[in-house]
Formats: sequence, C-alpha cells, structure tokens
Amino acid sequence: MWWKILTGLLISIVVITIFLMPPPQKELGEVSRIFFFHVPVAWVTVLAFLFAMINSILYLSKKDPRYDIQAAVSSKLGFLFAILATLSGAIFAKSAWGSYWNWDPRETSIFILLLIYGAYLALRSAIEAEDRKANLSAVYSILAFITVPFLVFVVPRVFQSLHPADSVINSRIKIQIPFPVLSIFLCSLLGFSLLFIWIYKLEVKIILLDKKKHS
Amino acid sequence: MGMKSSTWTSRVSALFLKDFKSELRTRYSLNALIMFAVVTLTAISFSVGMFSLNSKVKASLFWIVIFFSAMSGLAQVFIKEEESKTSTILKLVASAETIFAGKLLYNLILLFFLELIVVPLFIVMLGFSILNYWLFFSVLILGSLGLVCATTIIAAIVAKASVKGALFAVLSFPILLPLLVTLINVTNLASEGASFSHGLRDLQVLFSYAVVMFVASFLLFDFVWEE
Repeated sequence: MWWKILTGLLISIVVITIFLMPPPQKELGEVSRIFFFHVPVAWVTVLAFLFAMINSILYLSKKDPRYDIQAAVSSKLGFLFAILATLSGAIFAKSAWGSYWNWDPRETSIFILLLIYGAYLALRSAIEAEDRKANLSAVYSILAFITVPFLVFVVPRVFQSLHPADSVINSRIKIQIPFPVLSIFLCSLLGFSLLFIWIYKLEVKIILLDKKKHS
Repeated sequence: MGMKSSTWTSRVSALFLKDFKSELRTRYSLNALIMFAVVTLTAISFSVGMFSLNSKVKASLFWIVIFFSAMSGLAQVFIKEEESKTSTILKLVASAETIFAGKLLYNLILLFFLELIVVPLFIVMLGFSILNYWLFFSVLILGSLGLVCATTIIAAIVAKASVKGALFAVLSFPILLPLLVTLINVTNLASEGASFSHGLRDLQVLFSYAVVMFVASFLLFDFVWEE
C-alpha cells in the first residue's frame, strides 16, 4: 500500500516541479523539459522487456500459466511505453534536430524494440490454444532478448556517422547535471517504474480473476 | 561414445535425406525460393535501369533479396510437416535435437543453393563487383549460418500458428536485424576490395551471432516441439 502512495507523491512532485523550475538545459530551452518524461518512459520500455524475458524463462521451467500472463502483460505495457517513448522522442527530435525521425542509434533501438513487441503480440494473437500460445511466445521472447546485445553493439557503429547532432543527447548523460535536476529526474525514474509495476500488478490480477470467473 | 555420436550423425543425415528426397520429388520450396529471388532481382534491376548504384546500395539490395527469398522458402521445412500431419510420427521416431539438426542442415543447403543462383545473377544483372573474394565467401558462409540458425526455430514456431506466411517475416526481422546490418557492412567492404583484416571485426560479430543463435535455438527447440 505504502508504495502506491509513494508513486502518487513522486509523480505529482515531478509534474509540478518540472513545469515550475527553469528548463534543465539552456541551449535547448523549454523543449528540454521533455527529458523528465521521455527518459523514464524509455527506461520502463526496457524494464518491461526484461520482465517479459524473466517471466518467459520462469514459464518454460515451471509451466505455471501465471507466468505466461505476467509475460504477456509486461509485453503489452512495454509496447504502450515504447510507443510513448517513440512519440515523445520524435517531438523532441523535431525541435532539436529539425526532423521527427533521424535514425540515430537511440531512435533505431527503440524502434526495434517496438518491432519486437509488435511481433510478440502478433504471434500471441495468431495462436488459439492456450498452452501452445504460452510456450511459443515464451520461446520467442527469450530469442528476441538474446539479440539485444548484438543490437547494442552493431547499431551505433552504423548510424553514428550520420548524426553528429547526437552529442546533444550525450551531453545529458554526463554527470555534470546540477543536483536539483538530477534529483527530479531520479524521482521521475522511480515514479514511472512504480507506476509500471502498479499497472502490471493490476492487469495480472484482472486477467487472473477473469479466468477464474470463466472456468 | 564414438559409437553414440556416429549414430546421432547418421540419424541427422537420414532426416536430412528424407527432406531432401521429398523436396526433389516436389521441388516446392526450391522452386518457390529461386523464382522469388529471380523475380525480386528483376524488379530491382528494372527499377534501377540506367542508374549506377554505389557498392553500399548494391550490398544492401543483395541481402534484402536474400532475406525476403529466405522468408518465402525457409519456413516450409516445418510447415510441410504440419500440413501433411506427419509431425506426430516424426516425434515418435526421432528426438527433438535430431529433428532440429536435420532441419537446420536442410535449410542451410537450401540457402546455399539460393545463393549459388543469386550471386552470379546479381553480378550479371546489377554489375555487382567483388574485389575480395575470400572476404565475400566467408561473409556468405557465416551469414547463411546465422540466418539459418535464427530462422529455423522461428519456422518451427510459425508452423504452429495460424497465419504462417506473414508471421514468419514479422517474427524474423527484428531478430535478424543485427545480422543483416553487419552483413551489409562487410559485403560492402568485400566489394570495395578491403583487406581481410579490415573486415575481421564484423566477421567476429557474424561468428558470435551464429554461435549464440545456434546454442539458443537448440536449447529452446525442445519447448517448441514437445507439446
């Protein structure tokens, strides 16, 4: 219970402060406020991917349908957050680099995650039988997760040369961020992660109750 | 131990020969695969027309043709078993590892056949020049290995789903993307005549991708096949 209150507090603190404080980066101005939403949302996308993979492994070893439901829910949420991250990133890219889409390494990786989530959900909807669906989608989820290290290694090498403007993004990562900005950013990160876990738990509960009702 | 491994290889080769013979009888996958490659190649050649493309674009087009041709044919190994309802019998006579190894080998040979036809056609129709043949052939072999290891398990998954054709490409693409990107990179190097050591880093990526995919798909195939 306490963490639900904490989530509410964190999100409200973040929402209020990021509009009241001066923009975190002077060169970019007002647009840079989007970082407080965009980065945590992108982080949750990756977190959901990890959740889906762990639940898939658990399903294959334990064969408990609960894990399959959890994997499906985290993928669904991951897909939603991937869309949010892509859209908020595109809005930022338009004002910082002049076009909505540039194929820079980060945009590419989030887009591939979007594709993987889409493929996973397409696979799930293409199989009728419950345990077959659970089995096959778990295998696919693990297979997709294994390719991520390759993407991390391969993608930046191909696209970096095209976008020197990427340094705008990199300067944000360095730890010269002033303390108030950093603390709000961390609040936002924690808040969004907790929000994800909250929605995730609720969704799993709903599906489990629904199943109980029908059986 | 030696005895055991020899029977395993003989079982794998028996399974491979079974697929190969039935393919020779109908030539369904091979014909579809090769015609698909020729059709896409012609489409590219027509649309390019008089323009001369640089080697980077040619390398990309080459692997796009291979990718989509593979997508049109490689899923057949498992779909065939499901459609003719022979997968249950296959389950009784052979272990999952044997079946997977046999199917993997069959797909690999099929892909090599395809490349045997596409490479000369590409050279003739698009003026694709290869200056470093050693590099090109190592890319071709490592790339095919990685591609087959990743797609054979997806073919097994897709065979059990309801919309097989479209799903195969949708599921394969995100997983093959790092492979394709690297392949295009090295193929470009090979066609520009870069030295072997120049492409070594990319070859290492290709090699590790093939190994990782091979191990992962071998381990995961059990779960796809068992039910």
